Amino acid sequence: MNLLVAQAQQIEAPEIHYGAIAPVLIVLGAACVSVLLEALLPKHQRWAVQLLLSLLTLLGATAALVLYVTADDVPAQGVATLAGMLAVDTPALFLWGTLLVLAFGSILLIADRSVEPGGVFVAQAAIRPGTVQDRAQATKTGMQTEVFPLTLFALGGMMTFVASNDLLTMFIALEVLSLPLYLLCGLARRRRLLSQEAAVKYFLLGAFASAFFLYGVALLYGYAGSVKLSAIATAAAGTDRSDTLLFAGFGLLVVGLLFKASVGPFHTWTPDVYQGAPTPVTAFMAACTKVAAFGGILRVLTVAFENTQWEWRGVLYGVAVVSMVIGAVLGLTQTDVKRMIAYSSVAHAGFLLIGSIALVPDGEGVSATMFYLLAYGFTTIATFGIVSLVRNSDGEATHLSQWAGLAKRSPIVAATFTFLLLALAGIPLTSGFIGKFVVFSAAIEAGLTPLVVIALVASAVAAFFYLRVIVLMYFSEPAADGPTVTVPGAFTTIAITLGAVVTLVLGLWPTLVLEWAGTGTFLS
Amino acid sequence: MTWVLIALLVVPLAGALVVAFLRKNDRTAKLAALAFSLVELVLAVLLWTAYDPDGDRIQLATGVDWIPAFGVRLSFGIDGIALVMIAVIALLIPLVIGAGWTEKLPAGRSQGGYLALILVQEAVTVAVFAATDVFLFYVLFEVMLIPMYFLIGGYGGARRQYAAVKFFLYSFLGGLIMLASAIGAYAMASDELGKGTFDWATLVKVVSDADSTTQTWLFLGFFLAFAIKAPLVPFHTWLPDAAAEAPIGVTVIVVGILDKVGTFGMLRYLLPMFPEASKNLAPYVLVLAVAGVLYGSLLATGQRDMKRFLAYVSIAHFGFIALGIFAFTSQAGVGSVSYMLNHSISTGMLILVIGMVIARGGSSLISDYGGMSKVAPLLAGMLLLSGLTTLSLPGTNSFVSEFLVLIGSFPTQPVYTILATIGMVLAALYVLWLYQRMMTGPLRGDALVGAAAGPGAVGDPETKTTIGDLNKREIAVLAPLVVIVLALGFYPQPVLDVITPTVGATLTEVGVTDPVSVQEGK
Repeated sequence: MNLLVAQAQQIEAPEIHYGAIAPVLIVLGAACVSVLLEALLPKHQRWAVQLLLSLLTLLGATAALVLYVTADDVPAQGVATLAGMLAVDTPALFLWGTLLVLAFGSILLIADRSVEPGGVFVAQAAIRPGTVQDRAQATKTGMQTEVFPLTLFALGGMMTFVASNDLLTMFIALEVLSLPLYLLCGLARRRRLLSQEAAVKYFLLGAFASAFFLYGVALLYGYAGSVKLSAIATAAAGTDRSDTLLFAGFGLLVVGLLFKASVGPFHTWTPDVYQGAPTPVTAFMAACTKVAAFGGILRVLTVAFENTQWEWRGVLYGVAVVSMVIGAVLGLTQTDVKRMIAYSSVAHAGFLLIGSIALVPDGEGVSATMFYLLAYGFTTIATFGIVSLVRNSDGEATHLSQWAGLAKRSPIVAATFTFLLLALAGIPLTSGFIGKFVVFSAAIEAGLTPLVVIALVASAVAAFFYLRVIVLMYFSEPAADGPTVTVPGAFTTIAITLGAVVTLVLGLWPTLVLEWAGTGTFLS
Repeated sequence: MTWVLIALLVVPLAGALVVAFLRKNDRTAKLAALAFSLVELVLAVLLWTAYDPDGDRIQLATGVDWIPAFGVRLSFGIDGIALVMIAVIALLIPLVIGAGWTEKLPAGRSQGGYLALILVQEAVTVAVFAATDVFLFYVLFEVMLIPMYFLIGGYGGARRQYAAVKFFLYSFLGGLIMLASAIGAYAMASDELGKGTFDWATLVKVVSDADSTTQTWLFLGFFLAFAIKAPLVPFHTWLPDAAAEAPIGVTVIVVGILDKVGTFGMLRYLLPMFPEASKNLAPYVLVLAVAGVLYGSLLATGQRDMKRFLAYVSIAHFGFIALGIFAFTSQAGVGSVSYMLNHSISTGMLILVIGMVIARGGSSLISDYGGMSKVAPLLAGMLLLSGLTTLSLPGTNSFVSEFLVLIGSFPTQPVYTILATIGMVLAALYVLWLYQRMMTGPLRGDALVGAAAGPGAVGDPETKTTIGDLNKREIAVLAPLVVIVLALGFYPQPVLDVITPTVGATLTEVGVTDPVSVQEGK
């Protein structure tokens, strides 16, 4: 007993910088409270209370972030806290801010109950599709309010993920962010079978990716004797160890990360999951998961593997090309608007990867990629917000042919959607263009000009399928039994407006955000 | 006087906003759009008087910071070439509005929306010519596509969707490749100066000193964008579709104005920024140019559709313009720039006249017409005049330009010049043959035969099939063009005076001097 106490006294409690990690703590703490509320509150109160709690949480976390960033005594290079497990540096803070604001838009979409009576989530997801109980459930308007704690947990995981300074923390964060998403995918009220398929597919493939990641971590531990990112960098600087371990570990690790970021050729889950998941969840995944995954990729590549970049750059170069080509070319053949945006996100992932590997000469690729993530996230949330509005009696009318002539009936919705598509295509005066511009200029300065040229051609190809939707909406005759556009409630309206306005503002005055993204580098 | 330049950018935008709110009332919308476009014309005249041909390279320069992180500025200014192009836009837009006064739009479309897009197009196009920041130029170059995309796709003919998307994608791709080159130039500037900039004058200084390999790559990026825009063979295939499907007024804008951005870009960006590459690659460009002259002329001869005919005629003319630009003599350069102006005027007039023919016959096929001069002599005369200025008959404006291009190119590029001269012969063939088939001989085509057969049909407003001659509105639209065509044909000096110093400055930037024979000829 005495021995134990003595040993326990020898372990020093790590120093915790509460101010720095307050946003994460608030989000994860609120998620736990939210679970309790789910258990204790009567059914009819849950939705309102959960929504209020979620919004207050995001507000509180954002306030904590702002307080921390504006305080005087913040070290410019960032702090490592919790025994160096989390690194709160400028990129982490920027990505946290991005995640919180994007999550705000997503929560609004998730909470909306005006577009679909009772919300887009099913009450009892375990009921098998096609059974009597399922048909009975379809007529009710109850909703699973557990989506709120699930979303908060996922968000907390994402925030931890982008700040993780060692690979094990990163792995745990990866699971914390993934598991709620698997569940959320299966909760669609309509098209239950598709939704369940999406959940299972995402889960199975996600489990594989996690295994890859973990295997990579193990090999890297064998190589460096530590899972700390900076320790791997130090080990790689010496030359007396096995390069096989290092690069096998790197490869497996990166596959896990690229999977989450839906970079081709690790994208196969993306179209199915984007299509099957409830649209607000798709918006959340497309915007926030992308940010988290690329935040992780940027940190791993910059902190742990920067000095070996000449060995791996060629590989990721090839992956970026494959991703852009797959996204742009397969996007052309899609007939479902959600699948089309899924392929567009694969192409965008390729563009983001270009920024992520443009580490020389001065790491401008990092700030460029972060700006791109922010811009893309807002555009995507608004895009999916609009997708959720175009409906017929079976729910969302996602088949492209049903969008024909939409501009005649709903000029405002069509105009907003056109603007967002132009932003996705990267037309000037939208944030999408500035994002592409900063990423491509960083890449050209890093000597990746051929890659940029391929990216530009891919952009032009991808522009075709965005244009096709615009053609459909404006220049085609409306179908006789076409869908109607639901007048959105306040929540969805706010989310779409937020996304579209940010897309415009960042396209016209990107300076402020660019400067913030460029103020600091990763803590190593 | 910089306010004139800013007003030129703001007035059409304000007009577009006003007109867009008048969608309920077509007539008011048309009057408002016409008023705004006439104000623009007055401003353009003021701009012309404010420009000093012997003054600075870029005049009336003005600007504010836009994205300081990249040294991007919203900066505008004009040289002689930009001035001429802005003037011709301001001239053509009111005529386009006037010519389309009674045109029927597709069902469910309002004049307000159509005219608002035209005015936005005018503003953006003026801005493209006035931009003096390479980034800004790129942004406007791409933004310019959007109103045109909706104009073709929303108000065009049967295959309008195809044509609109094709138009957009071609230009967008070209623009993106140009963006890569622009970023490359920016990267060079930030290496050399320590701070990146997109300022045109600064980039010219930095990039023109680069080694010739770098220049070649950057040149190719810009060149592709301009070759698609201009369009040079083999990057031209979007133009016949766009021209054929667009409503007639929009065809005037596409062929008469938008295309000029390509040749303007060659003069403003390619030559000064990449002098070495321009000289090294000139032979290849000249091959494309002459191929364009011959190919465009031959295909124009063989066209059955009048609007596609117009597109191929323009392709041939753009070959001449490119020949003049890359011949690197001051005469040829001045010829090319005045050709840019005169092509807008003559082809614009030809398109408007053909639009009037189509408005009567309801078809754009040449074979649907014949003997039209019997029922509409004035219209036939206008077609003949606009055709003759298109084939560069002496005494019309285009003759001066084409002659200058050929005489200026001959000393440096005799072979290409001789080949291009064949284009002049073909021009006479396709124009006169078009006139002969449509205007002379016995009456042909449903509309025309119906008109002549009916009792007292000619000029009879009661019968629907009537083919009348030009009405007052149409005469008012064409009269200014007739005056300009003849005036510039006999006295082109005012235009040449404005252009010559800028062309001279451009050639100095390239670092070429005229061959001795040309200098003696002055």
